[in-house]
Amino acid sequence: MSEDDERQQSPPSDLDFVSNKARNCNATGSGSGHPEFQSAYPDQVLENVLENVLHFLTSKRDRNAASLVCKSWYRVEALTRSELFIGNCYAVSPARATARFTRVRALQLKGKPRFADFNLMPPDWGAHFNPWALAMAKAYPWLEKVHLKRMTVTDDDLATLALLLLGFKELVLVCCDGFGTSGLAIFVNECRQLKVLDLIDSEVSDDETDWISCFPEGESHLESLIFDCVECHINFEALERLVANSPSLKKLRLNRYVSIGQLYRLMIRAPQLTHLGTGSFSPSEIAGQGDQEPDYVNAFAACKSLVCLSGFREIIPDYLPAIYPVCANLTSLNFSYANITAEQLKPIISKCHKLQVFWVLDSICDEGLQAVAATCKELRELRVFPVDPREDGDGPVSEVGLQAISEGCRKLQSILYFCQRMTNAAVIAMSKNCPDLVVFRLCIMGRHRADPVTGEPMDDGFGAIVMNCKKLTRLAVSGLLTDKAFDYIGQHGKLVRTLSVAFAGDSDMGLKYVLEGCPQLQKLEIRDSPFGDAALRSGLHHYYNMRFLWMSSCRLTPSGCQEIARAMPRLVVEVIRSADEEEMDDAVEILYMYRSLEGPRTDLPKFVTIL
Amino acid sequence: MANVLGTEHDLNFKETELCLGLPGGIGGGGNEVDSSPKTSGKRGFSETVDLKLNLQAKETGMDLNKNLDNGSKEKPVSAKDPTKPPAKVQVVGWPPVRSYRKNVMASNKTTGEESEKASSAAFVKVSMDGAPYLRKVDLKMYKSYQELSDALAKMFSSFTMGNYGSQGMIDFMNESKLMDLLNSSDYVPSYEDKDGDWMLVGDVPWQMFVDSCKRLRIMKGSEAIGLAPRAMEKCKSRA
Repeated sequence: MSEDDERQQSPPSDLDFVSNKARNCNATGSGSGHPEFQSAYPDQVLENVLENVLHFLTSKRDRNAASLVCKSWYRVEALTRSELFIGNCYAVSPARATARFTRVRALQLKGKPRFADFNLMPPDWGAHFNPWALAMAKAYPWLEKVHLKRMTVTDDDLATLALLLLGFKELVLVCCDGFGTSGLAIFVNECRQLKVLDLIDSEVSDDETDWISCFPEGESHLESLIFDCVECHINFEALERLVANSPSLKKLRLNRYVSIGQLYRLMIRAPQLTHLGTGSFSPSEIAGQGDQEPDYVNAFAACKSLVCLSGFREIIPDYLPAIYPVCANLTSLNFSYANITAEQLKPIISKCHKLQVFWVLDSICDEGLQAVAATCKELRELRVFPVDPREDGDGPVSEVGLQAISEGCRKLQSILYFCQRMTNAAVIAMSKNCPDLVVFRLCIMGRHRADPVTGEPMDDGFGAIVMNCKKLTRLAVSGLLTDKAFDYIGQHGKLVRTLSVAFAGDSDMGLKYVLEGCPQLQKLEIRDSPFGDAALRSGLHHYYNMRFLWMSSCRLTPSGCQEIARAMPRLVVEVIRSADEEEMDDAVEILYMYRSLEGPRTDLPKFVTIL
Repeated sequence: MANVLGTEHDLNFKETELCLGLPGGIGGGGNEVDSSPKTSGKRGFSETVDLKLNLQAKETGMDLNKNLDNGSKEKPVSAKDPTKPPAKVQVVGWPPVRSYRKNVMASNKTTGEESEKASSAAFVKVSMDGAPYLRKVDLKMYKSYQELSDALAKMFSSFTMGNYGSQGMIDFMNESKLMDLLNSSDYVPSYEDKDGDWMLVGDVPWQMFVDSCKRLRIMKGSEAIGLAPRAMEKCKSRA
């Protein structure tokens, strides 16, 4: 799920296109009238070979590099790129993208910046999928996959995809909004080849349309159906029929309107599942004393391929023992909606020896984390979310839990940890015990909170992370931090690509250290920190290398931002006001700037000004 | 030294007056007071000490709060108390938890009997007979029946509850007292417990009530009389 993943794809199956392409492909400037397949021109042969080779090049970074070698390589790379990834939908227009890349099979687009998830961006800011949907339908009628993150997708867009793209197979919507169950109904009804429909953390409006029963009758090709974020009732009988008709179904994540009894019925029809989201994991009514409860343990035992378990949206912990049979095989377990105690966790986690990914609520306390550390030696990714997401809430997890994890889970690569208190010592320990860390995100929920044991700022802890974790590419900081922390990051965080800062730093120097010191920086999001225009200036040499910079509630002025806009014509500098606030001349509330080939976008809402 | 003492003796009365008259005699005043403890008003000295301590706290606090002055989006604007962030002031978008998750955690009921550590809210619906709409209250916001009573009174202004006696609980064992209660108030709060039974509010200790209450209904006293005997039976069977 991390945007930094380099997904390894199997070699594309369109090698049969090669001979056609070679026929159409002109040799470099040789100007011969008939570019034949068996042309004797050495350049032509080279280009054919290049095409064959480039088909196997899947990493987008490698492809970008290859396209820069020379014009011939640029052309051939463009012809052979079948997966198009655009990290900022406003960096390039649909027209430009479809003009350069003519044989795209899969499109991945990202829209709003991440801080929009926390209500920092006014609604209706943009990132509309619509112009892309229309362009795709015209340029790539064979398009098979669309993967969108933080974009606004309308019901009409879903209809466009379904009606105009004949062999459409895969739709993944992460953190998207703008559509509802009626759009889904049209989509599933028209996409007869659909293999994947994954709705993750998206907002789906309830138009009271029974979309599940809109899947076509008969055998379906469905391999993955994820709808745990859809907050509406579904037609269970239709779902049961669908699951029964989907022999290839491997991933099924249900929403919380599916009771545990219904889950049972689905599981016995789909024992081949590898990924399961359990829905509510509680009965729809309180079972009476005499009622026969289905044999849940048996249902889980039958799922011999299950490796990824999630859901538990309204868990009744009494039912937890049902999952014992699958624990030993689990590589991924998501308890992040299950408010369970350490005692309830222990019998489960003690069986999960192969676990690599674990998401959980802090209700398990430090004690629960100690249990995780004791068993999960293969753990790569840990996320601990707060039950009570307030600054002054209870703090069930602390430095004790972090220390335990660092000692027990030496292979840890990625951590997200919400807590109310943390010490430098524990963070330093983690930096030394877990040298493979790639992602370190610590959220001390109280703003400006110092180390409770020493009273010191958290500079040394984060300093140790950037110094000792040599593979670190993503960092989120919190707690009381001075400019010194940023000095450390600038000096040692040479591979850092994403940095999140909130309520930190003393002066412009903090931001300067980072902009001048981190050559790989791509995404920088800052809120409520005392960085001003002078600091902004210090990044001029680097902004074209970045995907975006977000700064909200800092110390920027319109003239400071204007300076940047003037100095860098290919940068779009957006100044965003809260929708309900008057235009303020002296302070910039939100600065969002990004490189773009297109200049100012044409779909600006009135609370956005482009300098 | 003698001069100083002499002077101070001479000015004894005035100095004392000054000290007493200026409790905010910081800095310089404090020094003088320190050097001549006999003449200084004791009050002045201790006040100075106190003030100094406060000042120190405020100074370190200022560093902490510098960033807060940046017009961070606080609604409402927080007091500049450095020792603790103001309770219950929530900054927009902080902590960075997605609103979907926040909503889910708020609406999920806490599970299990051992919910001492559970810090999620306990929202229950409150209906009042004759009122056109329902309300919701978070029972964890209150520490006693009296607090709940006050809050409900504010919500449904025509509603007043009787007094809850010294221990904060209704004395069910005394039938006549109970009947007085039901007859005197216009409205009486009742609640549905985990077993699905409707009970009079106030029959169990507060924490037990918070754990078992699923919804509240404020009903006319006359209707509640039907509840009381059942409630009493339940009490008796528990005892």
